[in-house]
Amino acid sequence: MPPTLPKKMKTANDLDGKKRRHASAKSVVNSFVVKHRPFSFLRIAAITGNTLTELVRLKVFYFLLIFALLLIANSLFMARLSFQQEFQVLKDVSLGAMSIFSSLLAIVATARLIPRDLEDRTIYSILAKPVPRHEYLMGKLAGVLLLLALSILAMSALFLVLLFVREHILVNETLRATASLRPEQIQEALHRLKASAFNANLFPGIVIIYLKAALLAALTLLISTFASSNIFTILVMVFVYFIGHLQATAREYWLQDHSGGWLVRAFLALVALAFPDLQLFNLVDDIVAGTAIPMTLFSQTAVLGCVYTSIYLFLAWVAFQGKEL
Amino acid sequence: MIRWAIIFSLLLVFGTLRLSIEAALTEQHRSAYFHQARLGLDLREQIGQLGFLAALSGFRSLVADVAFIQAHVAWERTEWGRVLLLFREATTLQPRSVLFWDMAAWHMAWNASVAASHDPFLTNNALRHKAQDEYVALGKDFLERGIKNNPDRPQLYESLARLYKEKLNNHAAAARLFARAAALPSAPERDKRFAAYELSYLPGHEREAYEALRRLYDRGEHERLPTLCTRLKYLEQKLAIPLDERAF
Repeated sequence: MPPTLPKKMKTANDLDGKKRRHASAKSVVNSFVVKHRPFSFLRIAAITGNTLTELVRLKVFYFLLIFALLLIANSLFMARLSFQQEFQVLKDVSLGAMSIFSSLLAIVATARLIPRDLEDRTIYSILAKPVPRHEYLMGKLAGVLLLLALSILAMSALFLVLLFVREHILVNETLRATASLRPEQIQEALHRLKASAFNANLFPGIVIIYLKAALLAALTLLISTFASSNIFTILVMVFVYFIGHLQATAREYWLQDHSGGWLVRAFLALVALAFPDLQLFNLVDDIVAGTAIPMTLFSQTAVLGCVYTSIYLFLAWVAFQGKEL
Repeated sequence: MIRWAIIFSLLLVFGTLRLSIEAALTEQHRSAYFHQARLGLDLREQIGQLGFLAALSGFRSLVADVAFIQAHVAWERTEWGRVLLLFREATTLQPRSVLFWDMAAWHMAWNASVAASHDPFLTNNALRHKAQDEYVALGKDFLERGIKNNPDRPQLYESLARLYKEKLNNHAAAARLFARAAALPSAPERDKRFAAYELSYLPGHEREAYEALRRLYDRGEHERLPTLCTRLKYLEQKLAIPLDERAF
């Protein structure tokens, strides 16, 4: 027979254990209450990470394959033109494709975030936890911005590698063809070739492409907070994209031309005030043509892009805060 | 409903706040030679609705490239009228591309004008000459408009100077344009030399040309190129420069 403890003693131990457990549970609750902050980067980072994983699992990076094929096909076709023509077309096609792919990705990826979370009911389990709605939105947008950054980095790397390879091939061809010329003439030929190939202004141009995509992502998030489906959000954003490129024209007519009637002027004012000016973020067209972008101009455009993104995120929060889920 | 009214009002407030900032930034962009293209209804007729829509939506340079490639194909088929129209499209869409202006002018003033001089459909020499002159004028027009859009780049001044020299035999205009190109910060060294060469062909400007060539000659061995030496020697003889002051 195993020895048994007396009944009284057992009860006392049990009581002690209960007290200890209660005290530790209380301390856990207390520590949790103390540690919970109204704003936490860690919580945002968790949502960001999940959003990015979710988007990557959708195999969105397959578009990079199309981008690579487009570049290689373009490069092979352009080999029949002169080196200046070839580089100009290569840069135009690459940066144009980069701009359209990033804008499309920003709109399509963001449009499906909230509707999908509602459909899967993930949003209820997230918001049932002590996660404020602004953190949820910030995490979601940060996930898309991270995806856009990775995509643009990958496309830029592909583009720069191709540019470097073509430049290298053409430098060798030029050296062979100009072997009999004077050294200054060879140097000048090489200088012209290199100047038409790589241009340091391409980097600010790529950053502006990214900021434009970020702005579109934030605006898509705002639209998706009240949209009934992601198709509606995408359609609205396509219209916003086109109108946004004409906003500057509407603004100029509204501010400078006083010939139209009040109805026309009211409409132009509405377009100018409600839509973003996307034309300000179209600098690559002229950068490829050799126009240098001054640092102050680049900084001002970049700041404007960040302000747009922040304001649209804030408005998305205002819309989402009172939304019944 | 109230929430949407608040959001829309906030959007309009943000729009009002950024209005003047965006207008000022657009002006700064334009003064730095961005957004120079003027997309009007005449271009809409040329490039079609889809092309115009693409140009308005931020793919202006891509549409310009397509027009440029089509112009290249038209040139291979020697369809000069089509080459002209397509280059007008390309340069309107992408006015900051020196290459487009330069190629357009070269095709018109050199290729098309020479082709016109051998055109079997033109019945006599007078018509051929007229067609040739018209093509040269078209090339000159491309370069002049290109310079208006790109006053900060030397290449188009050089091309227009070459056109004046080779097609119009106008050495005064060529010298002036080479000198303007040489004054630009990104100009190659040869522009000063070329301006002096052109000056040396101008009657009445021999002394000025001699001084410019002598200055270049005195800069060292790298400037003593065959044409410079030939023109300097010719001017020394023509101006009867004292023997002890001569380079040759």
